[in-house]
Amino acid sequence: MTTLANPGKRDRLWRSCVIALPYIWLLLFFLAPFAIVLKISFADPVVAQPPFTPFFDWAAGSGSRILATLDNYAFLLEDNLYWVSYLKSIKIALVATLLCLLLGFPMAYAIALAPLPWRNLLLLLVILPFWTSFLLRVYAWMVMLGKQGLINNLLLSTGLIDEPLQMLYTDGAVYLGIVYTYVPFMILPLYATLEKLDPDIHEAAADLGAKPLRVFYDVTLPLAMPGIIAGSLLVFIPALGEYVIPALLGGLDSLMIGRTLYDEFFVNRDWPLASAVAIVLLLILILPIMLFQRLQQKADT
Amino acid sequence: MKRPSTFLYSVLSFGFAFLYIPIFVVMTYSFNDSRLATVWGGFSTRWYSALLDNDQILDAALLSLQVALISATVATVLGTLAGLALNRMGKFRGRTVFTGMIAAPLVMPEVITGLSLLLLFVSLQELTGWPASRGANTITIAHITFSMAYVAVIVQSRLAGMDNSLEEAAMDLGGRPFAVTRDITLPLIAPAMASGWLLAFTLSLDDLVIASFTSGAGASTLPMVIFSKVKLGVTPEVNALATLVIALVAIGVAVAGWLMFRQQRLDSPAAK
Amino acid sequence: MTAQDTSKDQKDREPASQNGACNDAPWLDPAQQPFIEIQSLTKRFGDFTAVDDINLKIYRGELFTILGGSGCGKSTLLRMLAGFEKPTQGRILIDGVDITDLAPYDRPVNMMFQSYAVFPHMTVEQNIAYGLKKEKLPAAEIKQRVTAMLELVQLPELAKRKPDQLSGGQLQRVALARALIKRPKVLLLDEPLAALDKKLREQTQFELMNLQDQLGITFVVVTHDQEEAMTLATRIAVMNAGNFVQIGSPSEVYEFPLNHFVADFFGSINIFDATVHSREGEHITVTLEGSGTQIRTRHAQPLASGSACMVGIRPEKLLISKERPTLEGHTVTSGVVEELAYYGNRSIYRVRSENGRLIQVSAQNYQRSAALLLEWDDEVFISWESSCSVVLTE
Repeated sequence: MTTLANPGKRDRLWRSCVIALPYIWLLLFFLAPFAIVLKISFADPVVAQPPFTPFFDWAAGSGSRILATLDNYAFLLEDNLYWVSYLKSIKIALVATLLCLLLGFPMAYAIALAPLPWRNLLLLLVILPFWTSFLLRVYAWMVMLGKQGLINNLLLSTGLIDEPLQMLYTDGAVYLGIVYTYVPFMILPLYATLEKLDPDIHEAAADLGAKPLRVFYDVTLPLAMPGIIAGSLLVFIPALGEYVIPALLGGLDSLMIGRTLYDEFFVNRDWPLASAVAIVLLLILILPIMLFQRLQQKADT
Repeated sequence: MKRPSTFLYSVLSFGFAFLYIPIFVVMTYSFNDSRLATVWGGFSTRWYSALLDNDQILDAALLSLQVALISATVATVLGTLAGLALNRMGKFRGRTVFTGMIAAPLVMPEVITGLSLLLLFVSLQELTGWPASRGANTITIAHITFSMAYVAVIVQSRLAGMDNSLEEAAMDLGGRPFAVTRDITLPLIAPAMASGWLLAFTLSLDDLVIASFTSGAGASTLPMVIFSKVKLGVTPEVNALATLVIALVAIGVAVAGWLMFRQQRLDSPAAK
Repeated sequence: MTAQDTSKDQKDREPASQNGACNDAPWLDPAQQPFIEIQSLTKRFGDFTAVDDINLKIYRGELFTILGGSGCGKSTLLRMLAGFEKPTQGRILIDGVDITDLAPYDRPVNMMFQSYAVFPHMTVEQNIAYGLKKEKLPAAEIKQRVTAMLELVQLPELAKRKPDQLSGGQLQRVALARALIKRPKVLLLDEPLAALDKKLREQTQFELMNLQDQLGITFVVVTHDQEEAMTLATRIAVMNAGNFVQIGSPSEVYEFPLNHFVADFFGSINIFDATVHSREGEHITVTLEGSGTQIRTRHAQPLASGSACMVGIRPEKLLISKERPTLEGHTVTSGVVEELAYYGNRSIYRVRSENGRLIQVSAQNYQRSAALLLEWDDEVFISWESSCSVVLTE
């Protein structure tokens, strides 16, 4: 990195602008909001606008008195609803990540082994759905899975079933929706690592007497590990806080935490409790996020 | 490696079928004359006409476009500056915090980003009276905030792959830092900025959760309207809308692909 | 650390410079004012010292080469001259003006980058004009100077081309033209020939020297290639671990290396262990380990009698023959040919000497049959003129 000798005043001003403009924007619209969420999570709900008690009560005479309460967090512990939501979110995110891996790995591997001119086209086909509306793609599964949807119609017309199956509004539909939406996030980092593998490595292992499956377990899988971890985190992190998929495809009992938070906020209008839910969700996510960032930094250097 | 290939290619075909069949099904149903999504009532474009007569959807589409255009443009400016700050400005105080703030929006659950921004806007309104109402303005700010992080990451990775000596050469020839950025850096990262703009534009058009949080009464973006419609079940009008969106994206990708292909042909020495 | 300026010790024996670009040797004249003066310059990156308290004087019109392996600090030194790195300590003066605190865009110095760094989005013409545009010169003057510069580097027909339509050699000329058009007091060149293929290098080398001669600009070249340094330079500074190990004309550093490192850096050399026998004035007598042969040669550094040292002799200074030579003042040893390689113009022999050491001999094949005279396992005599050997310290 260049370390210039003394630049002039005008030149330092330009440098300051480049750094300060995005910096101030993010401080104001990214970091400050979190401080506020944290603050409100310690406030009492009231029926007012806005619906929470102020953190500092200036009217209360001598100076300011901090009006903080741990009630919201205590409530999260007491009420089963939240426990169940968190645990269910983690379970759904984990299982969906595994399913993404099971589908994404062979796909990424097939693309990496495809002849060079084909690879870019295949990758484009993986990325293309990204650019269409996420909401509409989830909606497409409503068309597929509904009681009168395509799949039920096909099954009924072939006589395999006598009455339509309940597929929409189930956990299964949520898994399907998450895999459908996030499998490209799994394929791309996997492809990036698998593509760099020297094909000769496999031949060398085979030459040394390893059967194809052994080669896969002993050589391919360990070498693909960075891609597997990166892809899994890229699926797990957003899946955990997912709102739209459980809201559209899940049943009333598909209580994922994103949906619980949304309902707490918009339906019950309990903002302090919603804030506490958000803070706990962040705490759960911190570990995988930090893991992901460390992985990225390692990849950069 | 022959046997695994057959297996791998079967999974690949299955995967692509999985990715694309639902989309084609929706597109097909959009031309279904029947109001019931199940029964094929013959070919018809009536849902497209209904769509064009639906003022609620048209207004929402216009609002979404407006928000997406402004937020993508501002996010590209701020994100490019952020990318430059991270990759071309050396060390500065608070760099670690800055790096964290750029990376965090990429992995933050939308519900949290949306909630925190709404709480900010409410608090700001309490303190300063601004924003007087929430709507296009607050949605735009929210979209700028998370999409500038995407732009910054794209620009930064382009800068990281770019030879620093080009800018040093310009400086050596008498270019001051601002002139060097304008004359050398920006023209060279322009493709990355364009990709960043496109991504920011799509992210904004696509966003439901953050817009729902940060919007006030009255202002509904297209995803918000679609969501309220499809929550109640499958709607033929939404099928038509989905088809239109997919067609637009397909055209966009085809044009971009053709432009890139042409650019490559022009750039390649073989074309001399 | 102070680098040994060998030139002062050897002025009576050696022509100051081998090439025609600069026949006088201003560094030998104490009355000469240095054009570039580097004073106790240091650059540290954290705990790592890249450049360690360097002092250097370069004179007007010199083609000065800094030579060293990767990581020796030569590039950092060059980047400090250009203004891309801020020195931790020390000053840099050019033409009497302290430029240490000037930004790169305010320095009377231009650089040709190793990658050439030709702007890919500008034509050849726009690349060359860039520096003048930044000086806000009138368009007419820019036009006229660019045209003249294109003539000078023989690229006028390529003015409208984009860099991706140019060959490596043409890119190099654009980079050179772009730097020269600013009429810098000093031109810095970072590995100027490294990116060119072998044929082109030789041609470009002479062009560079001619251009430098024509324009009279002081060149400072950084390179890791000793051949490039030898052919280009008026003087070479050999750098290692942030310090100068030796500064001198190409023939000085080749023929009179101060230590093992420099000797080894320039081509191959046979090394023998020895002890100092005696000294008288500038001459030194050493005893070769094993054979006990005494060698008398020049050596400037003070070495105590009885201390260990090394004697180096370059392969091409050795004579190889089947019969014992009887030449006056020659050191003779015998051995057996273990390996031989025929290169056409010369042959390389590896001879196992009587005390078990492998000696490399490079013999010019001045007769057609000469190469055929010696075979594997032949017993041979190796001899050399004692004054051709050099006493080295570690």
